[in-house]
Amino acid sequence: MKKLALVLALILCCSSLCMTGAAAEEVVNIYNWYDYMDDSVLEDFTAETGIKVNKMYFTTNEDMMVQLRVSPGAYDLVFPSDYCVERMIAEGLVAEIDFDNVPNMEYISDWMLYPSYDPDNLYSVPFMWGTVGILYNTKMVDEPVESWGILWDEKYADNIFMLNSIRDAMGITLKYKGYSLNTRDLNELTEVTELLIQQKPLVKAYYVDETKDKMVANEAALAVVWSGDALYAMELNEDLAYAVPQEGSNVWVDAMVIPATAKNKENAEKLINFLCRPDIAQRNCEYIWYSSPNTGAIELMGEDYTENETINPSQETIDNCEFFNDIPDNYLTIYNTLWEQVKNAN
Amino acid sequence: MIKFLKRSYLVLIFAILYLPIIIMIIQSFNAGESHAKWEGFSLRWYQEMFKDPDIVKSLGITVSIAFLAALISTIIGTLAAIGIHAMQKRPQSMMLALNNIPMTMPDIVTGISLMLLFIFTGVPRGYVTMLLAHITFDVPYVILSVLPKLKQMNKHSYEAALDLGATPTYALLHVILPEVMPGVITGAMLAFTLSLDDFTISYFTTSPLVQNLSTLIYSQARMGIEPTMYAMSTLMFVVLLTLLLIVNRRGKADQK
Repeated sequence: MKKLALVLALILCCSSLCMTGAAAEEVVNIYNWYDYMDDSVLEDFTAETGIKVNKMYFTTNEDMMVQLRVSPGAYDLVFPSDYCVERMIAEGLVAEIDFDNVPNMEYISDWMLYPSYDPDNLYSVPFMWGTVGILYNTKMVDEPVESWGILWDEKYADNIFMLNSIRDAMGITLKYKGYSLNTRDLNELTEVTELLIQQKPLVKAYYVDETKDKMVANEAALAVVWSGDALYAMELNEDLAYAVPQEGSNVWVDAMVIPATAKNKENAEKLINFLCRPDIAQRNCEYIWYSSPNTGAIELMGEDYTENETINPSQETIDNCEFFNDIPDNYLTIYNTLWEQVKNAN
Repeated sequence: MIKFLKRSYLVLIFAILYLPIIIMIIQSFNAGESHAKWEGFSLRWYQEMFKDPDIVKSLGITVSIAFLAALISTIIGTLAAIGIHAMQKRPQSMMLALNNIPMTMPDIVTGISLMLLFIFTGVPRGYVTMLLAHITFDVPYVILSVLPKLKQMNKHSYEAALDLGATPTYALLHVILPEVMPGVITGAMLAFTLSLDDFTISYFTTSPLVQNLSTLIYSQARMGIEPTMYAMSTLMFVVLLTLLLIVNRRGKADQK
């Protein structure tokens, strides 16, 4: 029995030694969405700087925040979405980035600096972005798609996929009526809920991840999608096209932030700077094929990128769009209740 | 007519059970990326699977954890079963009740309470904690598969061995253990498969640095699950099926 205890104690010691042993060399621990970076880029980073990159993945912003709280110090660079950056700043979970270490910040598009989720631009650097819009099948839709109103057109009854995502579904309806995505006006929210209930008989299904493949398979005429999914689907089915309605829409950003508890902050800043280098940003953009915030990378990619309106919307379209702001918990409850009404309506 | 109904009922049940797996296996050979389109037969995803360091690493973690957890929990569980079997009626039923509680507990409760324990004791979550957690949920199943074999055993064999001069250890290894071996192997197999496909408990007890296959698949949810995962699951299915067939064969050979 004593021997067994000894062996167990030894195993524990060894494993903890291994962990401290790894910390002796230069590392940076990144916490990202799965498959959201060209891994060869990180190999090049290690080759150039000698800093080893440990990759970890999260599934949702909310999961990531939980992990960040229970394992302080485990992560040096995290890739949250816009509204989540705002919440992390409010909760003091992120550190100010020393921009003297990130000279390549000069390549970030002007309109993405000082965003509403990080108004003083102290904590975050944009990594990828995109829009929400309508993916449609040009063989089934004859008219130009210019307004969200087409999603309420009876012609397309049972031929529409809606996003089963509360803030996105409510958000585009708010934009359709000319309101802000981030409204806290109860009258506006109720009006929008009624519109969504009216739309319900026309909707074939409320999907999130399934939409893109269903659209590839010609299962509906119109679908509300994120631009990244649209680009994936359009590559596989040439009848598909994408449009951001003129009433405006949501622009989303996945940004890079450094947790306040990071143990290798300078290495994280080096990595941010590396990822903002035009040739590196180009490789990541071509791998993920979402919109890039990096003007240098866009220049390198040339017409392939600039002529593609889905990945590179006009400045006018962008100006019509809004970021999602974080909403307080009591408003989340209101959104949830209203969305329940939509989902339960007959 | 009745026969036909019986048959079609059986076919229906098996279809519901196996159709999803068959569809996944077919998709794993699709040359294209989208499951909406069949673009021809190809082994592309099998090649890509072995090229992806994340998948290879998490496969290694999954298999080694399942193996170690099965091994350790089988040792602990078998010894515990022998001990419980030798107990008086009352403490025995109490022990069995205690053994059953963790099994009926939802995984999420086990997972969260283990996570809290590890945070509370300051053990950094990772490979060791995930292994400990897997051993924890495996042990009760091993106990339950070994106990019936002990009950079937002739009580007097052990005493006879002692009378004939065997030491208790010798009798344990050469009399009791061979008798209950089928139960031990069933328990080990059960522990192995339970550990192989566990998600909930692993999710709470490991750090994102040490991911097994199920937590890796979960983290793919945002960008879409890649067909490499269909290939991986197909492989696992084939390996497990073969393992199961071998064990069944062995069982039959033993009975003869």
